[in-house]
Amino acid sequence: MGYVIAGYLTTLVGLGAYALWLAQRAKSLRRDRVQ
Amino acid sequence: MSETRRSSSGRAPALLGWASLVLVGATVGLGLVLPKSAEQAEYSRLIAIHPPVAWVSYVAVVVAAIAAIACLLTRRASFDRLNIASLEVGAVFTALTLATGSIWSRPTWGVWWRWDPRLTTEALLLAVLVGAVALRRALPPGRGRAVVTSVFSLATLGLLPLVHFSVELWRSQHQRGTLLAPDPATNADSPYLGAMFLGFVAFTVLYSWMVVQRARIEALEEDADELMLGRAIAERRAEGLGPSDPAPGVA
Amino acid sequence: MWADAGLVAGKDLRIELRSRVGINQVLPFSLVVLVLFALALDPDSGTLDAAAPGLFWVAVLLSSLLATQRSFAVEAADGNRDGLRMSGLDPAGLFLGKAGAVAAQLLVLEALLLVGISLLYGTDLASFGLLALTCLLATLGLAGAGTVYGVMAFGLRVRETLLPLLVLPVMAPVLLAATRSFEAAIERDAGAATSWLGVLAAFAVLYFVVGMFGFGPLLEEA
Repeated sequence: MGYVIAGYLTTLVGLGAYALWLAQRAKSLRRDRVQ
Repeated sequence: MSETRRSSSGRAPALLGWASLVLVGATVGLGLVLPKSAEQAEYSRLIAIHPPVAWVSYVAVVVAAIAAIACLLTRRASFDRLNIASLEVGAVFTALTLATGSIWSRPTWGVWWRWDPRLTTEALLLAVLVGAVALRRALPPGRGRAVVTSVFSLATLGLLPLVHFSVELWRSQHQRGTLLAPDPATNADSPYLGAMFLGFVAFTVLYSWMVVQRARIEALEEDADELMLGRAIAERRAEGLGPSDPAPGVA
Repeated sequence: MWADAGLVAGKDLRIELRSRVGINQVLPFSLVVLVLFALALDPDSGTLDAAAPGLFWVAVLLSSLLATQRSFAVEAADGNRDGLRMSGLDPAGLFLGKAGAVAAQLLVLEALLLVGISLLYGTDLASFGLLALTCLLATLGLAGAGTVYGVMAFGLRVRETLLPLLVLPVMAPVLLAATRSFEAAIERDAGAATSWLGVLAAFAVLYFVVGMFGFGPLLEEA
């Protein structure tokens, strides 16, 4: 069962991290553009 | 290169975002919650995520190549942005394919890595996609970069089936008769097949949302570069005119 | 197109003959690689013998990197880049010429390396025709792919570290197919070799097509 958790967790964390990074980057670029 | 850039409309991407959240959540939920059948091991639940993310990694290459052709033919920057976005998101999904494949390998075969056709192909694909991102970063913005990225994607599309076929041929000479077995411990009666098919849809929608976001970021970065360039040119001009003259209207 | 290709290939090969970089640097490099492999794998255990085809092709792969780097290094000097663009040479011919010159150098290298593995690893060079055909197809693929990615990285300061990263994973199927084809040849099993030769041919075709159509646009924008 540990492997199942590991697999699902890795996927969710990995995708979540990338999605967060995308959102962060977009936000900071928009903020810079306004200046 | 024509630079029609619409202000990013929030509607469709936000919809994609919510849809992916719901669909991926449902997939994960089904995969974890549905009871397993007696003959199967717990880890067969991984079929709801590993094949779907592998599928997306291939989709990403195909989409990138289509965008590449469109970019070369129409010379529109939007296709170039779509291209690089798909390559980068594809790299993320490829890395996940390797991670989930490795995690699945361990309880199934007892090893963290097997030189099976899919994982080996994905490993090479990851290297290629990482190279694509590295190449992109090294190139200065402009049409040249778009052409290079486009040719790269097209070459990668041609390469992928070749790699897949040759690795399968290679491994089939070592595995007796398991060439056609798609995944470890796959059983036609697996209760998670439904979750897997949902997963195909869910992760594809998520991929689409990520590509849209990444393409937007590319557009914003190009804007920022142009802005910086414009400012630098204006500053140079101001220098040239000397301190006694009023600076011309700055962009 | 062919005339331009011949012109460019001739120029590159003449540069090579005069500077002798291939003979003085790339060849010794590949021979040293063969020796290093023997140090890493105990020659007495039979591993070296069994691995000989693979090691041969790894050595060739690494050498092809050097050869491709060199092929573009000679163009980077003295504003050659703009010269190439404005020369009016057919881009497809330009590609064929550069890739052809690299291929020719690699073929010579491979011939010498074959002697090398025969002497150092005791490999029995059976079915020489098959070995030669493998070398030809694989080399075309390596030269073609190297030239395609070489022009993409052309003009970048990080070219030296970037090009290997770009090109080595791409060349993996060539390594795989050429090694298996060599193994089949050594075992005198022509049938097993055919599918691998097919892979090598497909790879070469892919990169020559990409190269011939892509070289023009790529060079314009470099």
